[in-house]
Amino acid sequence: MPFNEAIRLAIRVLWSQKMKSGFSLVGVFIGVTFLIAVVSIVEGMNRYMTDRFAGTFFGVNTFHLRRFPEFSEDVPAETWRQWRRRPRITEDDAQAVAASLSVPATIAWQSTARATVQYRGRIARDIEITGATDKYFEIKNYRIERGRTFTAQEVRAGATVIVLGNELAKRLFDDRDPIGREVKIRDILYRVIGVVEPQGNLFGISLDKFAVAPSTSPVKKFTNPPGLVDAVLIRTGSVPEMRLAMEQTEAIMRSRRGLRPNQDNNFALETSEGILDVWGKINRILLAALPGLVSISLVVGGIVIMNIMLMAVAERTREIGIRKALGARRRDIMRQFLVESATLAVVGALIGIATGILLAQTVASTTPLPASVAPWSILVGVLLGGGVGIAAGLYPASRAARLDPVEAMRHE
Amino acid sequence: MSAPSIIRVRGLTRDYHLGSETIRALRGVDLTIARNQYVAIMGPSGSGKSTLMNVLGCLDTPTAGEYWLNGVGVSRMNDDELARVRNREIGFVFQTFNLLPRATALHNVELPLIYAGVSAAERRRRASQALARVGLQDRMHHRPNELSGGQRQRVAIARALVNEPSILLADEPTGNLDSGTSSEIMDVFARLHAQGQTIIVVTHEADIAARAHRVVTLRDGVVHSDRLQAAA
Repeated sequence: MPFNEAIRLAIRVLWSQKMKSGFSLVGVFIGVTFLIAVVSIVEGMNRYMTDRFAGTFFGVNTFHLRRFPEFSEDVPAETWRQWRRRPRITEDDAQAVAASLSVPATIAWQSTARATVQYRGRIARDIEITGATDKYFEIKNYRIERGRTFTAQEVRAGATVIVLGNELAKRLFDDRDPIGREVKIRDILYRVIGVVEPQGNLFGISLDKFAVAPSTSPVKKFTNPPGLVDAVLIRTGSVPEMRLAMEQTEAIMRSRRGLRPNQDNNFALETSEGILDVWGKINRILLAALPGLVSISLVVGGIVIMNIMLMAVAERTREIGIRKALGARRRDIMRQFLVESATLAVVGALIGIATGILLAQTVASTTPLPASVAPWSILVGVLLGGGVGIAAGLYPASRAARLDPVEAMRHE
Repeated sequence: MSAPSIIRVRGLTRDYHLGSETIRALRGVDLTIARNQYVAIMGPSGSGKSTLMNVLGCLDTPTAGEYWLNGVGVSRMNDDELARVRNREIGFVFQTFNLLPRATALHNVELPLIYAGVSAAERRRRASQALARVGLQDRMHHRPNELSGGQRQRVAIARALVNEPSILLADEPTGNLDSGTSSEIMDVFARLHAQGQTIIVVTHEADIAARAHRVVTLRDGVVHSDRLQAAA
């Protein structure tokens, strides 16, 4: 019997017993649903972390020099105490690094605190106020929607100018043009010179509620003690350049702090990669648990299908006898039942894929977690389904194929 | 018998093992059947006629002895070779019809062609032709349970003939039919024989055997009598 004939026959038989077919593919269905949904969510998180988090939020080919890492896994209390005792990063450190890097790099430094921003009657509380140098916007990839960023000259002069995040600007000014208007932070007026394009959100937290003023402007009074900074941001042109710049920065800092070779760094160089490592670990745990969970349901699904197929062979013994009498060879019967069980399993897998995608999309639309369906997981789902079907069908099909036609036709 | 022989059987035996007991169903059958003969095989139950029918139909292999079908030795063939011979050379008609219950008359008749590797369009054409030959052209899309006993047996005959086999092998073809329908079916057989079909009918009913031109009687696994007769 040709292959397409066998598939047509299989679909007809399965369709004629919808209930039984439905129950028998539940195992495969659950396994594949699980596979697709989990892989979609993990992949979505992955893409999100790399694109949005590493690319936009942190900056490409960028590293930060800090007192201790901003993003870290759970650290022991002892480590924390050590970190808190480290000396702070200073503006002089930043200047020194800027002066001695041999690779082309863009450098800025920043200090951040939270404060209330006011425009006439309007009040926005708990806004992230950053004092930064002029290259900050370039390194952070902030594109300006309206107006401009502040210049090196304005930084040198300590000008009271300010650039607003998109949401903050909307909250204070609604639809009016904020450019040229003055906002008040801690009793000092700053002239709005620019608004940054919307940055969206990270894990559901808005990235558009901030304001950036020159580090030398009066914001320095509440962001950090004089001469100290939170972080030095260094952006390079490529990964190798970044590695080199990191080595040089490490050397400069060690020498400035007079560290002996046997002493550990008392500062941190943080890259987006380092942060992604943390994510990578979570990711690996999820993906490591996945095959186990999926294979349990597939094995169960396979056993169910094998039982259903054994029942089908028993019920259709007479049919098998008739087919053999009319000229069906062993391989014809074998193929008929293998195709039937594979079809059953693949249909289960296809329904599983559809449900998995639906599930992933539901998660994506109701939570800040993104989801993106990986094409490979669909392929794996179909192949696994077909494989389980064939594996589960082998024994019943070979039993059917070996039936003696005379005996089989006598069967009631 | 001047016509070439289609079946030649020499010293055919068939033993069955039931536990420690050995049942000798056939004990050395010699039989030659020529093309276009209409043969009835008779005998009381336990005489071995069903076993002979299964061996002649290549559904079973003999324990010993030789069987040539159309000059080809089939007694030592394996399963798949026998399946091919059944498909090409033999058309079966069974007492219980043995139609697939879920398939239409047309699909039932197409079955042997599927295993012969005939294309779908050609299959359809030949199957509907075969159904027309037995007068069922307007019942092609009915399922067996929508047909009368006589109609079912005619579907089975159409199925048996669709591959143009050398032999039509019928096992108690009227056993499940009333006498009126039986004689209709036997009329179909007579017409097929007149058209040149070789027919072997296994039966224990004298009036069915009376329609054949030759009656072979088995007793205790051997040929007891073999006579020609004028068909009734």
